[in-house]
Amino acid sequence: MMLEPLNYLFPNDLHIHWSLMIVMYPYITGLVAGAFIVSSLYHVFGNEDFHPISRLALLTSLAFLLVATAPLLLHLGHPERALNIMISPNTSSAMAGFGFIYSFYLTLLVVEILLVYRTDIIAMFHATTGLRREVYRLLAFGVVEEDDKVRALNGKVVKILAAIGIPAACILHGYVGFLFGGVKANPWWSTPLMPVIFLFSAVVSGIAALVIFYQMAMRFRGERIDQKCISALVRWLWLFLIVTVSLELLEVVSLAYERAEEWEVISHLLTHQLSFSYISLQMIIGGMIPFILLMVTVLMDRYLDRHVRNTLSFVAASLLLIQVLAMRWNIVIGGQIFSKSFRGFREFHPHFLEKEGVLTAIVLVILPCVILIVLNKWLPAFKKGTPDLDSPVTR
Amino acid sequence: MTEPKKMGRRDFIKKACELTGATLFVGLLPFRSPPAQASDHAAAAGEGVVGSVDGKDHLFAYLIDTRKCIGCGMCVKACSQENKVPDGFFRTWVERYEMSELGDLHIDSPKGAKDGFPPVESGFTTTKGFFVPKMCNHCSNTPCTQVCPVGASFSTKEGVVLIDKQRCIGCGYCVQACPYASRFINPETKTADKCTWCYHRLAKGLPPACVQACPTEARMFGDLKDKDDPVRKILGKERVGVLQQEKLTKPSCFYLGLDKEVR
Repeated sequence: MMLEPLNYLFPNDLHIHWSLMIVMYPYITGLVAGAFIVSSLYHVFGNEDFHPISRLALLTSLAFLLVATAPLLLHLGHPERALNIMISPNTSSAMAGFGFIYSFYLTLLVVEILLVYRTDIIAMFHATTGLRREVYRLLAFGVVEEDDKVRALNGKVVKILAAIGIPAACILHGYVGFLFGGVKANPWWSTPLMPVIFLFSAVVSGIAALVIFYQMAMRFRGERIDQKCISALVRWLWLFLIVTVSLELLEVVSLAYERAEEWEVISHLLTHQLSFSYISLQMIIGGMIPFILLMVTVLMDRYLDRHVRNTLSFVAASLLLIQVLAMRWNIVIGGQIFSKSFRGFREFHPHFLEKEGVLTAIVLVILPCVILIVLNKWLPAFKKGTPDLDSPVTR
Repeated sequence: MTEPKKMGRRDFIKKACELTGATLFVGLLPFRSPPAQASDHAAAAGEGVVGSVDGKDHLFAYLIDTRKCIGCGMCVKACSQENKVPDGFFRTWVERYEMSELGDLHIDSPKGAKDGFPPVESGFTTTKGFFVPKMCNHCSNTPCTQVCPVGASFSTKEGVVLIDKQRCIGCGYCVQACPYASRFINPETKTADKCTWCYHRLAKGLPPACVQACPTEARMFGDLKDKDDPVRKILGKERVGVLQQEKLTKPSCFYLGLDKEVR
């Protein structure tokens, strides 16, 4: 059966229903999960290398989490009925998990942040006046005294929350992978590997975002970037990247080897409609190049000057943020480009100014960064560090 | 630092039993026997089947004989008028297949066959040609109701799969999950939409609009619970196929005369 001359789509397949917003949602929750897991490496496993960014990681997770419902509400045909997923959930639907998982994780994250920051919140309460003081009183749960015993108890609770938070963050993003992976109607989505691929690439995006935010924050403050921290971040980033890309490739190799009916349409999809976003962006510019950059940074770690280490990791992290976005695009949009007839393709061109368009997507990425800056003003992620004498700020 | 008090064997066994008991209790809660359904009571009391279109016990089935379909498109026209289907979307459609002896294949469905089929330049000598009407298959093992997050998509006792438009949030998950592309998001109601086997007509004892409109009896509607039903008789005698059988969605739309090229 030849594919080329035959271009038949089922009549209802002329429309693509899951748009750019459904690409942004897993991208954002991926950053949430990834950043949280990094912070838990410090709070649960006591990995001192991540101490400098442990608070930044928590704030980053929260900043993106607060924006996570927006792409979904913008997509729904009836957003005013959105709470139906919590009032009358259908327990066989992965999507019905969203309300409960999100609420649970949001509560856990907010409580953990307020406990991690508690000593500083109380100190800031005593050091400020007026409205600011009242906000800090609120953040301190109304109790503004603290002694060593309480501090020790808080530390234990933080550890427990951070530990529960790891599977919670995994489920928050993993269920999205299962949402796609469980759809037998779509062979590009249907695989048991999907939740794992989503989760591992989420961690990649979270670590990459932290590398970038940390370096930018330190540059802005004119302070030294902790090299042990960057080395550790880069090491974990490289390892998670290897696993992620291996799983993504394994899926394609498996489809190619089994040569079942879906391979004809998927191979055409990857080499034609997705040739730029999959081969060029996801695999080469976003995969192979960061792999090489990170390999050099990790294996040659002790020979690297700190400027080289910072630059290599910054470039690799930036490429990886693009790679993870491309991966989400290739799965969500790519899976809808071919018709369920397996014999035809349609096109998808998001517009700039529509409700689910490109401008909205850009805002959804910028907004959490703004929220992060605001959060940092109230709950500073960094204490005064070593000034960086080479930084353009202090020079 | 004082040593924490060590737990003796007796205390350990006691704690382990308590924990196991609690875990079993919580873990087995989902497997309780379900509370008696209102329909069980109603059926026992001879009040008719609750949730049935007319209070009687039915199991509907739809039979499509592709050997009789002439591709006139009257069914698609009738459906879109009866159900106010928006332009560009289809609750039912007809596909045309043309093949040559060498295996060349041409498939199309211009506007779902609403205006019939214009002649086609396939570029090869057609030796085999036929039409395949399609619609929602009203499966028993529905992939669509499985994924609906709010339970807006549901099956009736008679096997009709329907959408509660007051509850649907328009997420589109069911559209993705249907292997047959029978569903769409209605741009006017912003909810999911699909063939309902004209449930509003079934309630009045009328067949679906497409069945009524078909001039050749290519489309037939029946009730498998009725011993004298012609569809039931045909299904009991002829070689019958369903679409994408390997997905095990267990469709209630049965086909006569399917070809291997029909997905």
